[in-house]
Amino acid sequence: MSDFVLRVNPILCDAHGLCAELLPERIELDEWGYPIIDDTPMPRPLEAHARRAVAACPVLALRLERRVAARR
Amino acid sequence: MSAAEIVGAPPFAPRLLGGLRQDGRPVGMAAHLDRYGPLPLELRPEELRERIAAAGLTGRGGAGFPTATKLESVRGGRTRPVVVANGTEGEPPSGKDKVLLAYSPHLVIDGAVLAARAVGAKHVVVATSSTVNAAVEAALRERRLERGIQVRAVVVPDRFVAGEETALVQFLNGGPALPTFTPPRPYERGVGGAPTLVLNVETLAQLALIARFGAAWFRAAGTPDEPGTALVTVSGAVREPGVYEIELGSPFAGLLEQAGADRQAQAYLVGGYFGTWLTAAEGARAALSNASLGRFGAALGARAIIVLPADACGVVETARIAAYLSEQSAGQCGPCVHGLAAIVDSLEQLVQAKKRTADVPLLQRRLGQIARRGACRHPDGAVALVSSALRVFADEVDRHVHGRRCTGNGRPMLAIR
Repeated sequence: MSDFVLRVNPILCDAHGLCAELLPERIELDEWGYPIIDDTPMPRPLEAHARRAVAACPVLALRLERRVAARR
Repeated sequence: MSAAEIVGAPPFAPRLLGGLRQDGRPVGMAAHLDRYGPLPLELRPEELRERIAAAGLTGRGGAGFPTATKLESVRGGRTRPVVVANGTEGEPPSGKDKVLLAYSPHLVIDGAVLAARAVGAKHVVVATSSTVNAAVEAALRERRLERGIQVRAVVVPDRFVAGEETALVQFLNGGPALPTFTPPRPYERGVGGAPTLVLNVETLAQLALIARFGAAWFRAAGTPDEPGTALVTVSGAVREPGVYEIELGSPFAGLLEQAGADRQAQAYLVGGYFGTWLTAAEGARAALSNASLGRFGAALGARAIIVLPADACGVVETARIAAYLSEQSAGQCGPCVHGLAAIVDSLEQLVQAKKRTADVPLLQRRLGQIARRGACRHPDGAVALVSSALRVFADEVDRHVHGRRCTGNGRPMLAIR
């Protein structure tokens, strides 16, 4: 496992759906085209694919975030 | 705890509502000081924080987070924190914060000033709604500047999501009263970019009493894990709807008795519109604590309780509440906008099952897909409500699916806004 998790900013997300095409291992789309993301820690071999999906998002809604132990 | 702390303490219940005037006017400064005594500004910030921690005070707004931990979270940075007293109470079935601000505004302001002192803040905003702002403004005019802590009241738009803490912060910063993506959370970067302590107004009123009378006094009511009293709003099939002060951990049945709830009531919605339905039998066994309600998958939440009359249909009422929640979505996040609308659509198909179009598995699938996918918890609350309705009103769901006559014969019974 890597130290990264995928997260989407749902306010920015416009359901373009590119992320699910580039990273189907971690992202599926709901019936309206919005991503349902597996937010468990990213397996290392997928990290490069995840970065590509993040870069492809037209509205920069997808992020690869370093895991935080506990949010307040 | 020293005995000196307890001298002059009022009886333990009702603590917040006991001193209210019968004529419905706010308690003025003189009467307030008569009942509770002066603000203990001689307490040092660390003494205040210790007292609040020892009391075990938790947030009265919904999430129930430990107040002492919140105080710590805004301290120690380079920027002086700001305190926001959240009195927006956008939840239609809840009236407790409005009652507190309208009738006992000084107690809330006391708590806000003391919370500011505890964390070294110099600015306090009391976020109010249009109905109670005048009472807060009038109370502020009766007070002097205490320890250089400036308090101002701000009216927040009457909208369900406006009181969510990131929405509140964005509004106070000049933006729309809509939730924002986190992080940063308000305790990291909030009003004016400063660490911001957002506390519910009842939490602050309780804090004002703890500062005066001490942790041992506070813990004389409630349970060891959930100490103190709490305000709850009861509505629906009750003779005396309104705001009650209960001891945490006391029997739910006692509150129902006090409010004159219909003895034939078939279910209770506990925790407001984001809450959980309990069957009548569960309600009879439950106590008013998160520990007890948790056994039935419920929580005190927004502390609003709705009693469902015997002749109402829980599915119809839930569909109406879900429609309200869908309409009150901030409209920012796809899963909330489309997901809640779809859930409402599924519920309406179910309610009007004459065409036999109800698709409960589709509804279940939608309910399983939406939680935790919005910027705020709005969709999560709506999903929890509907999920609990499918469990508690399973027979009613069945009647609708098969096009049989439901208990309420399709008629709406509750006052849903």
